[in-house]
Amino acid sequence: MDSLVFIQKQLLPALLEGTSVTVKLILLSIPFGLLTGIIVAVGRVYGNKTISMICRLYVLFFKGCPLLLLLFMIYFGLPPLGISFSPIAASVLGFVLCNGAYSSEYIRGAIQSVKVGQITAAEALGMTRLQGVLYIILPQAFRRALPGVGNEIIYLIKYSSLAYMITCIELTGAGKIVAARYFRFTETFIVIGIIYLILVTIATKLLNFAERKLYYPGMGPTSFKG
Amino acid sequence: MTDSKYVLVVEDIHKSFGETEVLRGVSFQVAKGETLVFIGPSGTGKSTLLRCVNQLTVPDRGKVWLNGEEVVHSHGKINLYRQKMGMVFQNFYLFDHLTALGNVEISLLKVKKMNKKEAKEKAMHELERVGMVQKANFYPAELSGGQAQRVSIARALAMDPEVMLFDEPTSALDPELTGEVLDVMKNLARAGMTMLVVTHEMGFASSVANQILFMEDGAILERGTPEKIFYRPDFERTQKFLSKMTELYGDLGQKNG
Repeated sequence: MDSLVFIQKQLLPALLEGTSVTVKLILLSIPFGLLTGIIVAVGRVYGNKTISMICRLYVLFFKGCPLLLLLFMIYFGLPPLGISFSPIAASVLGFVLCNGAYSSEYIRGAIQSVKVGQITAAEALGMTRLQGVLYIILPQAFRRALPGVGNEIIYLIKYSSLAYMITCIELTGAGKIVAARYFRFTETFIVIGIIYLILVTIATKLLNFAERKLYYPGMGPTSFKG
Repeated sequence: MTDSKYVLVVEDIHKSFGETEVLRGVSFQVAKGETLVFIGPSGTGKSTLLRCVNQLTVPDRGKVWLNGEEVVHSHGKINLYRQKMGMVFQNFYLFDHLTALGNVEISLLKVKKMNKKEAKEKAMHELERVGMVQKANFYPAELSGGQAQRVSIARALAMDPEVMLFDEPTSALDPELTGEVLDVMKNLARAGMTMLVVTHEMGFASSVANQILFMEDGAILERGTPEKIFYRPDFERTQKFLSKMTELYGDLGQKNG
């Protein structure tokens, strides 16, 4: 009974605030991460030598850099150089750079899997290369990249807890503070785990819905029923 | 050379891929409303030639004029020329993520910048011309090869091209499906469309072509009316090719003649 009272009175209000920060981090990071992923992927496949090289280096660097280190560099390493961010902004920037690098790999693979005739036909109709990529290649590639990109979004939900390390009090951070104050680690971490599970479940459902919505005949066997 | 009587003038096209010289100086002219049919053994550069006309493949040397204007590959400009040269591919290349209607609409919306209503009307009209209205909401994967090819013809026609380029439009089709595509092409030719057709369909060639061009080894070996090419060719090689075609596909005119 004691535990329940603690959860209700002390823990949940704090976690609720933390969850809203976590959701904010995620919702800000997803669109910019996707956009970065798309631009980098297109740059790698269709860019000239220089652009393609820059995009490759970007992916190499941010895939190779531990996310925590990246967050430290942005939040603690940049201010001496005159660039400083709020904890939330620094976190989102780190997440976007990391998520963009990984997503770009899925999107690049998907772009390369689109049959070459698709862009040929677009160009034969008088579309520019950019129009062909925007209206013909990317819609097809994005649908194929969605399962992988969706996975990255799920990862993002979970690694958003790293924001705590640069003083952004999100879900895990808020919980840890309450747990330490009342010395109630077990209940706290179980509840936090449940909240992450709920967030991940919601995201999974939304991604499945998107996959279903974006399906078109000829994409191959479906993994969803109905 | 830039004579106004010709819609399209192609002059001395050369193209090599690595060491292989695929086109060795090809020239021809097309008057408005004419159908030119290119025949010849596989690998003699017929498809490459068509792609050089709208610069999907940039020729190493040689020039193309459309209505007296030189077709140049400088950016922006080339897209305007391509709009005027509709192309139909052997493998259709329909956009997989769009319905038949969407395939025809997309270039009207994005290239011609029509509004949605205009684009849909125009697209439905083009689908009607090829007898595909009832399949407007089907995706390419749900269409037979013949239906897909008819949609791709409608897609090209929607841009109101001055010339249509057909690159072996029936070669990927089951024999019983070639007829519906050839019928659409015949109607187009009769309606006065200027057409360049690469095909192995000798029946179509003999009944529709104003001029047949026999290509071998990257050059035009001989050209003339169907009458001349089929019955009085100058070269034995032309004769040989034609009799082989007849052996394979039956008599001239027997199919879709």
